[in-house]
Amino acid sequence: MQLPPALHSRLAGGPGAAEPLPVERDPAAGAPPFRFAARRVRFPREHEFFEDGDVLRHLYLQDVLTQVTEAPERPRVPEFTCQVAGCCQVFDSLEDYEHHYHTLHRNVCSFCRRAFPSVHLLDVHILEWHDSLFQILSERQDMYQCLVEGCAEKFKTSKDRKDHLVRCHLYPADFRFDKPKKSRGPATPGAAVRASAEAPRDDGEQSGGDAMEVCSEHAASLPEPVGKRRTSSHRIPSTICFGQGASRGFKSTKKKKGHQ
Amino acid sequence: MILGETEIQHFLRLAQQGTEEKERERALVSLRRGLQHPETQQTFIWLEGSMRTLVGLLTSNQALLQLEAARCLHELSHSEQSAVAEACLPATSYLLTYLSGHSSDFIELCLYTLGNLIVESEAVRRQLLPQGIVPALAACIQSPHLTVLEALGYALSQLLQVKEAPEMIIPSVLGSTLPEHILRLLQPGPKLNLGVAVEFAWCLHYIICSQVDNTLLISHGGLSTLGLLLLDMAGAVQRTEDTGLELLACPVLRCLSNLLTEAAMEVVGGQNQLEDERVVAALFILLQFFLQKQPSLLPEGLWLLNNLTANSPSFCTSLLSMDLIEPLLQLLPVSNVVSILVLTVLCNVAEKGPAYCQRLWPGPLLSCLIGTLAFPDIEVVGQSLELLQLLFLYQPEAAKDFLQQSGLQVLERHQEEAQLQDRVHALQQTALHQ
Repeated sequence: MQLPPALHSRLAGGPGAAEPLPVERDPAAGAPPFRFAARRVRFPREHEFFEDGDVLRHLYLQDVLTQVTEAPERPRVPEFTCQVAGCCQVFDSLEDYEHHYHTLHRNVCSFCRRAFPSVHLLDVHILEWHDSLFQILSERQDMYQCLVEGCAEKFKTSKDRKDHLVRCHLYPADFRFDKPKKSRGPATPGAAVRASAEAPRDDGEQSGGDAMEVCSEHAASLPEPVGKRRTSSHRIPSTICFGQGASRGFKSTKKKKGHQ
Repeated sequence: MILGETEIQHFLRLAQQGTEEKERERALVSLRRGLQHPETQQTFIWLEGSMRTLVGLLTSNQALLQLEAARCLHELSHSEQSAVAEACLPATSYLLTYLSGHSSDFIELCLYTLGNLIVESEAVRRQLLPQGIVPALAACIQSPHLTVLEALGYALSQLLQVKEAPEMIIPSVLGSTLPEHILRLLQPGPKLNLGVAVEFAWCLHYIICSQVDNTLLISHGGLSTLGLLLLDMAGAVQRTEDTGLELLACPVLRCLSNLLTEAAMEVVGGQNQLEDERVVAALFILLQFFLQKQPSLLPEGLWLLNNLTANSPSFCTSLLSMDLIEPLLQLLPVSNVVSILVLTVLCNVAEKGPAYCQRLWPGPLLSCLIGTLAFPDIEVVGQSLELLQLLFLYQPEAAKDFLQQSGLQVLERHQEEAQLQDRVHALQQTALHQ
């Protein structure tokens, strides 16, 4: 198929529409026995017109998905240790370290050292466990927010919230990030809890123990963190954290190498 | 290696209760390798407590165990048996929770796992929707990581193409911030990543061809984004940076073609119009590319050309002024489907009247038409007859030329054909009475 050379320069040129030639139709055009009528055609889902292109897509996906399964050999680097205070986990790949960091050191409550999978869950935890104002307010209004992103429901008690999670959102009744607090108090900040080197808990529970509870049941029995009264939400001290709020993108370890 | 019950139990116990972290990881790696086999997958899902243990490891605070457990789930998600996918139901709330984390490798894994599970089981989808998969994806799509975005696009595309999507899924997707982000990720420019764009172009296609609320997409500038993307792709073809481009071109062409049929497009001169004739130039560059690399996509490209030219004197004029009639005719021999579409586009031009037909004849068109009249396919012949009628009507001189080229003899061959006779007869009359 030979294209006129000017076509390529037209593409590089500016936008513009051709001044249309005058349109002049004769009623006999497309009249019976003829039937042509110019019209835009629409193809809905599942139309057979899409078959060939769909096959192409399918073959491409098979390729992609095979590649994902064959997890690429992670480039190995000389062993290094996690530099977070109290953590002595050793790594030989940056990807493993990245995941370790995000899982254990990223969204960490500075009160009780529990780690959370997301900022959202950390925020809810701090609010419900460590904010005395929350406790006061929750006596008068529904304060326990639904954990599902996009659901604005709030509840009087954490039990009501759990029921909602199970009934409306089909969450498991033993959802790990909505466990009621055990009656023993949380570790106080400053206590060195070596999260990563923890021996697995063999108390019949899912392994990893209670590192990620969100809600508190009995606020009254929660001892104040030693030595300080906190009335506002508090995250990791800014010396460690990458700044509060908004996007806390992971800063590549490649940049930080050498001065952890 | 296929694992039996005892071995699976052994590895799970080791992973859960082993004393050394490396040992626990290795146990999961062995389990994962076993789960590459359908037999192991079956044994695993029927073993009591196995999924519970795996989910426990998935949610543990041991990061590397978590990662390996996720990989095991990912293996399971490849099964073509919906029973295996359904066995993974206890894990879905966690997979979704982890989408708002920060570990890009882990998120990517969760997304591919979700995407796979979505395809295999309606029961899984029925759970994922109330669990908030749409808001979770809408939050995750803001990630700057290309690998995460590509995985997200994949998962979303799988969600959008299931049979119940138009009623159950697309409305909430359209109600979220996803459409804006999808269009953002399709903006041409230096930041456009082919792998990411391919996934989201397919997402857009599934949304658009479901015809739930395409006006929304038009109001978000969908038409102009796609048009610019088309130009960008043609540019890539010109620079021969076109590896895999057909994977992106296909859904983009479909989206544009279908969007053009929306009522919103009937408003002439409206701000969401596609009126730039560079789009036609780009399309022809892509058609040439398809002819060489992927002829099966020619019909899709010509479908867009039809929708561009059908109601647009301006685009029809562009075809003429940019000398694109001859290249179009060169596509006639490719296949019957292609021939019909080429002839239809030519009819779009011809039906606009004498000013257009004067530019179609004199020219190579007539002899090509006499050629297509001899094709063995009734529809091709029928479309040729339609074009002839228009040509004779608006450019009577062409009829004489037709006779001189022995066109009548070719017409005669179809006199007995039921679907063609009336039109053949009418044309014979017209030609003879010139």
